[in-house]
Amino acid sequence: MLKTFGTFLIFLRGMVTRTERFSVLWRRTIDEAMLIGVDSILIVSIVSAFIGAVTCVQIAYNLTNPLIPQSTIGYMVREMTILELAPTITSIVLAGKVGSSIAGGLGTMRITEQVSALEVMGINSTSYLVLPRIIAALVMFPLLVILAMALSILGGYLAGTLTGVMTAQAYIEGIRSEFIPYNILFALIKAVVFAFLVSGISSFKGYFTTGGALEVGAASTGAVTNSIIAILIADFALAALLL
Amino acid sequence: MIEVSNIEKAFDGTPVLKGISCVFETGKCNLLLGGSGTGKSVLLQCIVGLMKPDIGSITFDGTIFTNSKVDIRQEIRRKIGMLFQGSALFDSMTVAQNVEFPLQMLTPEMSPAERRDRVEFCLKRVGLEKAGDKMPAEISGGMKKRVGIARAIAPQCTYLFCDEPNSGLDPATSIKIDELIREITHEYGITTVIVTHDMNSVIEIGEHIIFLHQGLKLWDGTKDEILNAEVPELKEFIFSSSLVRAAKKVDDESEGGLAAITDNVTYGGGI
Repeated sequence: MLKTFGTFLIFLRGMVTRTERFSVLWRRTIDEAMLIGVDSILIVSIVSAFIGAVTCVQIAYNLTNPLIPQSTIGYMVREMTILELAPTITSIVLAGKVGSSIAGGLGTMRITEQVSALEVMGINSTSYLVLPRIIAALVMFPLLVILAMALSILGGYLAGTLTGVMTAQAYIEGIRSEFIPYNILFALIKAVVFAFLVSGISSFKGYFTTGGALEVGAASTGAVTNSIIAILIADFALAALLL
Repeated sequence: MIEVSNIEKAFDGTPVLKGISCVFETGKCNLLLGGSGTGKSVLLQCIVGLMKPDIGSITFDGTIFTNSKVDIRQEIRRKIGMLFQGSALFDSMTVAQNVEFPLQMLTPEMSPAERRDRVEFCLKRVGLEKAGDKMPAEISGGMKKRVGIARAIAPQCTYLFCDEPNSGLDPATSIKIDELIREITHEYGITTVIVTHDMNSVIEIGEHIIFLHQGLKLWDGTKDEILNAEVPELKEFIFSSSLVRAAKKVDDESEGGLAAITDNVTYGGGI
């Protein structure tokens, strides 16, 4: 465990020493941002909209006391979405989609000697392959989380109003009441930390794959499970530290 | 010229290379010959820097590679071209992009037009001028090897390393690849090191052969000397090939030996 962590740190250090030219890194980062960010918009949109919708309907189902105003539902949807659901659920979804893709891609490159080919050419393979992925994730995760926040709250609005559990006015009043801007910052900090964990762990798992196709599959699975566990631990740690 | 001095390498306490010393000559096809598990590929990986030897040194034209500063190692590595066993083409790039890749990375001073010309030249040199737009998944194993060679020579390498260049290829294609490697070696006067266990390659292109057995260098010499080598392990290895047994028979019955066979065999067809 300690040895693996040490190897991970050396791996990260190797990524930032002897980096490739800026133009190369920029081009690679844009390519990776497309794969990590743009290609994930659909799945993040679907998941976040439905989570917002379900959250709204379930809170409404549980709040039966006539003394509690309907706007509380909107307020709770907003708080849950911003503080927890948007950053954490989005990152877990991305751990599945992006994490497995990073680990699988790097693992395949490793076992087919493409990584060795880069090294023989005198190219720092971690800098060329891993650094752009991590930078792209650090940029794209917060953007996807912002999208998830908006769509989740919108999903709650549509579910609440279309099913008739609450009025549009009450929902809007709820999502506007007692708003704390710091919560947005907190969610974005979480997104950045989760982005680093998902991209770093997945790259590490993929980069050090040995063997054949079976091991690439195992590396992918390991990347997803380890990333999710790391997200949950970091989620608790950040909540304890920053709230 | 590449000089390997007293290289030792062990994995989990099991020695794989046991004090190997040899010289790979410039302008020649140097063959690292041996059976499976004799340490050929490990030695090759130590030479190109993919693996660090436990003991010993490797020198490229007088410059020490092992334990040198990163800058010196990088400088040497940029003169190295390598053809991998599985070709190791970047599967997200087209054939032309694969060949252009080392130029983009290693020679930023080249203009896009110069790079395109160089790619065109290299692809033409290996007979693939019409395959530039294809993806690696769309071409045959022999074509992949040729793209690998084109990629290796694109940045005008000084040292060319080939790890089992004939693995997975049919005999006619293997000989075409061997011929291409030999032609390129002589044309550009580079130092070529080929890891192989294929006796056909020995007959075809083995100008300087180093025989490894259980991590030891047991013999080195030319292809004309190999049939008469007095090393039991080498004899056992080479005479396990029916082609070589036939060659030996011809050698015993007439003048010329291996040359008599290779000179009288022609191979047709593309790869």
